[in-house]
Amino acid sequence: MKDLFRGELVRLTHEEPSVRTEAEARWQRDSEFIRLADSDPAGLSSEKKIKERFEKQAEGGPSPERYFFSVRTLAEDRYIGFFGMFVDLIHSEAWVGIAIGEREFWSKGYGTDMMKLCVQYVFTELGVERLSLALHAYNPRALRSYEKCGFRLEGRTRGDMLREGRRTDTLWMGILREEWLGLDTDTAPVE
Amino acid sequence: MFDIQTQLFEGQDIRFGPIDHEKDPEIESKWTHDSEFMRLMETGPARPLSAAMIKKQYEKLEKQIEEDKNLYHFMVRAKADDRLIGKATLQWIEWTNGNAHLRLGIGAADDRRKGYGTQALGMLLRFAFAELNLFRLTAIVPEYNEGAVALLQKFGFVQEVCRRKALERDGRRWDLYVFGLLSSEWQERIKR
Repeated sequence: MKDLFRGELVRLTHEEPSVRTEAEARWQRDSEFIRLADSDPAGLSSEKKIKERFEKQAEGGPSPERYFFSVRTLAEDRYIGFFGMFVDLIHSEAWVGIAIGEREFWSKGYGTDMMKLCVQYVFTELGVERLSLALHAYNPRALRSYEKCGFRLEGRTRGDMLREGRRTDTLWMGILREEWLGLDTDTAPVE
Repeated sequence: MFDIQTQLFEGQDIRFGPIDHEKDPEIESKWTHDSEFMRLMETGPARPLSAAMIKKQYEKLEKQIEEDKNLYHFMVRAKADDRLIGKATLQWIEWTNGNAHLRLGIGAADDRRKGYGTQALGMLLRFAFAELNLFRLTAIVPEYNEGAVALLQKFGFVQEVCRRKALERDGRRWDLYVFGLLSSEWQERIKR
């Protein structure tokens, strides 16, 4: 069986709240990062608040609807980002959110490697029919990465975000289990 | 001149009103015993709810309105006899983006196909764009809800997204559509 937790560049872990807190406290100060990763207005939280949030998550234990992975690089063993999934068990659909907080690891294939692990996990381990995500139209780097992983663009909600006084679209993407199975997954999906 | 004379909550045959905690639970409970209605209204599993459960839901809803300030909920009543016939909601309002999701349902089978839904949607759009000053509205509808798709299209909603095979019902997969209407598009239509 293939290793679900190891890609070409990264491996999946679950970091302690203290590790996640230190990183998050730094990453949140990078407003470009926040504006790429999230759609809520950027803000700043105290380390105390951040830590409480992560500790609460850890106390809750694993849930059949929520999955969270920390991501470390294979080469330097650095904690660079994370992804999380919410699973709608009734309709057999998962949603993913993904982010790399360490800027020096942007645009180098780490995100694509992470997403390939996510897609593989969702279809081989969770066994759902569909994986969905949404992104900002001003994030073409993410769009290209998701396309590489086999996601298809399914539409855009016109002007549903107002950023820097300008209207921008949210893009909606999805990949079906049957589509993923059709890809050559051992050598990683289509280039 | 400002048009503040046109009543926001009064339509031709219907009106928007607040929840009646005494009378409404019984009626809405009846609607939940109609699985067809429930499956058109909700993507979650349909299940019958007692009047007491509906009452609790109303209390939760009003608490949410008070605390989150991102939700407007109206009961739709027939003007003739003040009978509860449906509900209309704007939810997940994002004030910074001027976006909200709408929900609309006519509860009893006898009250459907009489134009009440059309009147209610017209009023809800006016409220969203002329009172809340929203930039756009979003509506999410399964492909099998042909009535809702036709109604949205009648008001100029554009199908923006097709979430392929996102729903499982009756042993098969169905597409889920995302519709959007911009304030500017609505303004153009009411000028005509």
